[in-house]
Amino acid sequence: MANSTTKTKPAEPLVQVSPITPMSVAAPAIAWLIPGAGHLIQKRWVRGALLMLSIVAMFLLGLAMEGRVYKPNGGDILDMLGFVGNVGGGGLYILTRALDWGHGAIAHATADYGTKFLIVAGLLNFIAVADAYHIAIGKKQ
Amino acid sequence: MTIQLSHFSSAILFAVFASVVFGITQRNEPREMVRYGLYCFAMFAGGVIVAGWVMWLIRR
Repeated sequence: MANSTTKTKPAEPLVQVSPITPMSVAAPAIAWLIPGAGHLIQKRWVRGALLMLSIVAMFLLGLAMEGRVYKPNGGDILDMLGFVGNVGGGGLYILTRALDWGHGAIAHATADYGTKFLIVAGLLNFIAVADAYHIAIGKKQ
Repeated sequence: MTIQLSHFSSAILFAVFASVVFGITQRNEPREMVRYGLYCFAMFAGGVIVAGWVMWLIRR
């Protein structure tokens, strides 16, 4: 009689869970607070410096162009999304609010560019935060 | 300190900064990062110029 017992391999998990390390927590947090710093603490010097330069310059240009800085609000959906974008700036946004920089309303046509610069700088920082996390868990070199 | 940039210079600065971040974050190898960053910049800048000409044609 043939041996009908066959050994089956244990099913591999569909989602690979990365272990939580101090760096996988610290890198995104620091990257959000200081744009580019998440890469710098992981010794990605050039990438970190370029990210910092780009995001900080974009945010500061937005302020210099008299762009609107959104505050927490529960009104218009675009205002709420603008706030989410601004918050991505992390420490820059906190500093801006603390020192009362920026404008609450758009004074002239090109100031609208400033508003977009401020929002996009925050959104780009969110991408940089995700990248710093991927480096920390070893998904990216 | 306030500055007032033209529409074009604003768009080009936007393209430069966004392309740097996209290049670094969306690719793994340094060479690929540079290539993708340049590709993004070309798309941003080219898109601005094409959109400008389209608006010019619509206006006529």
